[in-house]
Amino acid sequence: MSPDRAGAREAPSELKTAGEPTTAGEPTTAGEPTTAGEPTTAGEPRTAEAQEAARRLSPARVLDIDLLLDDPKTRIVVCCGSGGVGKTTTAAALGLRAAERGRKVVVLTIDPARRLAQSMGIDSLDNVPRKVKGIEDQGKASRGDTAEEDGGRPAAGELHAMMLDMKRTFDEVVEAHADPQRAATILANPFYQSLSAGFAGTQEYMAMEKLGQLRARDEWDLIVVDTPPSRSALDFLDAPKRLGSFLDGRLIRLLTAPAKLGGRAGMAFLNVGMSMMTGTLGKLLGGQLLKDVQTFVAAMDTTFGGFRTRADATYKLLQAPGTAFLVVAAPERDALREAAYFVERLAAEDMPLVGLVLNRVHGSGAGRLSAERALAAAENLEDPRIVDQGDGKAGLRNSPDTYGSSQPPASEAAGTATEEGSPADAERSVDQLTAGLLRLHAERMQLLSREQRTRDRFTARHPEVAVVEVPALPGDVHDLAGLRDIGDRLAAGRPEHT
Amino acid sequence: MADRDRCYPQPPAWLSAGLVSLEGVSRLQVVSGKGGTGKTTVAAALALALATEGKRTLLVEVEGRQGIAQLFETEALPYEERKIAVAPGGGEVYALAIDPELALLDYLQMFYKLGGAGRALRKLGAIDFATTIAPGLRDVLLTGKACEAVRRKDRSGKFAYDYVVMDAPPTGRITRFLNVNDEVAGLAKIGPIHNQAQAVMRVLKSPETAVHLVTLLEEMPVQETADGIAELRAARLPVGRVIVNMVRPEVLDAADLELVRTVGRSSVAQALSAAGLGGARRGGNAEKLVDPLLAQAAEYAERYALEQEQRAVLGELGLPLNELPLLAEGMDLAGLYELATELRKQELS
Repeated sequence: MSPDRAGAREAPSELKTAGEPTTAGEPTTAGEPTTAGEPTTAGEPRTAEAQEAARRLSPARVLDIDLLLDDPKTRIVVCCGSGGVGKTTTAAALGLRAAERGRKVVVLTIDPARRLAQSMGIDSLDNVPRKVKGIEDQGKASRGDTAEEDGGRPAAGELHAMMLDMKRTFDEVVEAHADPQRAATILANPFYQSLSAGFAGTQEYMAMEKLGQLRARDEWDLIVVDTPPSRSALDFLDAPKRLGSFLDGRLIRLLTAPAKLGGRAGMAFLNVGMSMMTGTLGKLLGGQLLKDVQTFVAAMDTTFGGFRTRADATYKLLQAPGTAFLVVAAPERDALREAAYFVERLAAEDMPLVGLVLNRVHGSGAGRLSAERALAAAENLEDPRIVDQGDGKAGLRNSPDTYGSSQPPASEAAGTATEEGSPADAERSVDQLTAGLLRLHAERMQLLSREQRTRDRFTARHPEVAVVEVPALPGDVHDLAGLRDIGDRLAAGRPEHT
Repeated sequence: MADRDRCYPQPPAWLSAGLVSLEGVSRLQVVSGKGGTGKTTVAAALALALATEGKRTLLVEVEGRQGIAQLFETEALPYEERKIAVAPGGGEVYALAIDPELALLDYLQMFYKLGGAGRALRKLGAIDFATTIAPGLRDVLLTGKACEAVRRKDRSGKFAYDYVVMDAPPTGRITRFLNVNDEVAGLAKIGPIHNQAQAVMRVLKSPETAVHLVTLLEEMPVQETADGIAELRAARLPVGRVIVNMVRPEVLDAADLELVRTVGRSSVAQALSAAGLGGARRGGNAEKLVDPLLAQAAEYAERYALEQEQRAVLGELGLPLNELPLLAEGMDLAGLYELATELRKQELS
């Protein structure tokens, strides 16, 4: 944030003493601050937090997570975004919240942190959803429904979760589409084994395949999907198409039946290309690998149609009403740039984007104290000679010129510290500590304004995207309580200061 | 492209080139790390740091993200080695974004004089097949190109680049990416791909290569780093250093944090007041700052403890550790030079 803008929003606030209601019995000169030009409801003193939240969220629409999760028409939520922004945690937290608000949910995670997976009971890789224990009915009160009268039966829904095993998913597809003998041939093929174990794209394709399978089972009324940590966040949209078009594409048909095409009129250029190509591929890959590919393709021949159909079906499923894409990002330049690409790409593909989850946003309960003032004050404490101890109490308090100055006026309390008679060295160390607290605050304010700048840039580019901000936690999340906390923060959509 | 020949000399020449270690610093520096840890930034800073005193480094990007161009604030990099920065002391940093499709066409032209057939191949989907679908082929092309740059010599027999720094795929995929040559060599048991894979593997598993992992002082990146190191070691790939990125400054030390737990609210209020921040009495401006400031200190304390824990975990890995500071102003070109200087001070180069 530019200094003048910070000034416009923050500096005058403490100087407004008139007109604002103060709590009875508090004889302070500085009343409740208001930001210049911001309408406040009369008789309703706004907290600094509320003001801070209003300031942070003003330009963009706020995404209402509970509205999304509670809507029975929402059947699939896809969390996408670049790596390291908390996609998996967000997906798990959304799933838990939806379940505790009464829905029957399955969460498909790709690569959860070990401790989180353990706490959800999905650390075993068996590729089927497991019921998560410990779901509470959090939503009953807020829903205000009649569930509590229903014989005391808890109104919470269910949460199932699973971790994707891409090889196993691929194997299952093959087994579902080929007769047992053919399936066995395919599964034993070295080319297939490499392909299924993880070339770039298999994970993305299999995540979508699994999503299709879960949807087809129709056992859950909400599916929350995490997307793979791709090289580019867009890969998972491309992978199904790419693999689908490859598997029933021209190339692979040429590989399997070159002779058939050779005789056709009008395919002369193909003929040239083909002989060159099979020759080249043979040279490059070695004859044996080419043979493996050909065997694989021949064996897969019957299932090609299936692959194509499934890829198309999954794609359509993603576009269908009832699917909601959430782009997840952190307030950092790279993550938000990826998020912007994603928003544009989803629009181009007619995929229903519902909003942006901005994780790890920092706030401050002392947002009115600017970084500059905090640093100046810290310097005063570290070098007390600067402070004019003899200054009057209130003399300068109404002068706006002192704000942002490196030598703020002494306050009414200056000097009272010594009057209380604490030992000088103890006071000294408290001064040092307080200076540290102020430096910590300055750092926080700098971070805040950097995050705000980054977010503003995104909002300017995509004002249509609803945003929900999730306050940063000091530590990692690895249990249901932590996920629940994230869920609360997602639903609150603004920083909660402790 | 005029420098194609330079890019891809005949295989026997570069396959037989001797391995030279330069004062113990590996000539191929592979930088990986969990997403969001800033591995591209660290790779770029490392390339700058290694380019001091007239050295020439090549910074290689393999994921088609144009992260290097964004970092150096230049236009998108083509498939061409291009000077992007001058290091303190007169060194030079070149950059190359390896495009697997072009690398394949390049390769076909060099080995089989098939460059002109590229269009026909593309039409058939063969290029797409080879670079995106065929298991591992894409990765062989990428690592192969980087290894070629490591081995390349000019006419006088000097190495074209003193160091090659690769901004590699993330930790979760790095072993598969580097080891894919083994996989391909197993899959294609004969033929040029097999031979190339073998040759590339010899470079990657030699002391000429070092794989560094970038992490943050957070639980998941550290866990992933530990897992990544175990995988690299199991694949007999040479692990270099752990580089801790975005280390926050120590604003409060252990003694301060001890005092935070016991200090009286009123004495903090008085100190704030003395610093010129308003009244220390209840409801005064200084007094109102006490709770939020102490709350921020409590968050800091929690994070501090977590960071110390993660430092201990990293310490047990038995690898050299580097720490790079979090830049208060965010990442920009000036910051990149700052990190390079920091790396030099830590005797990485």
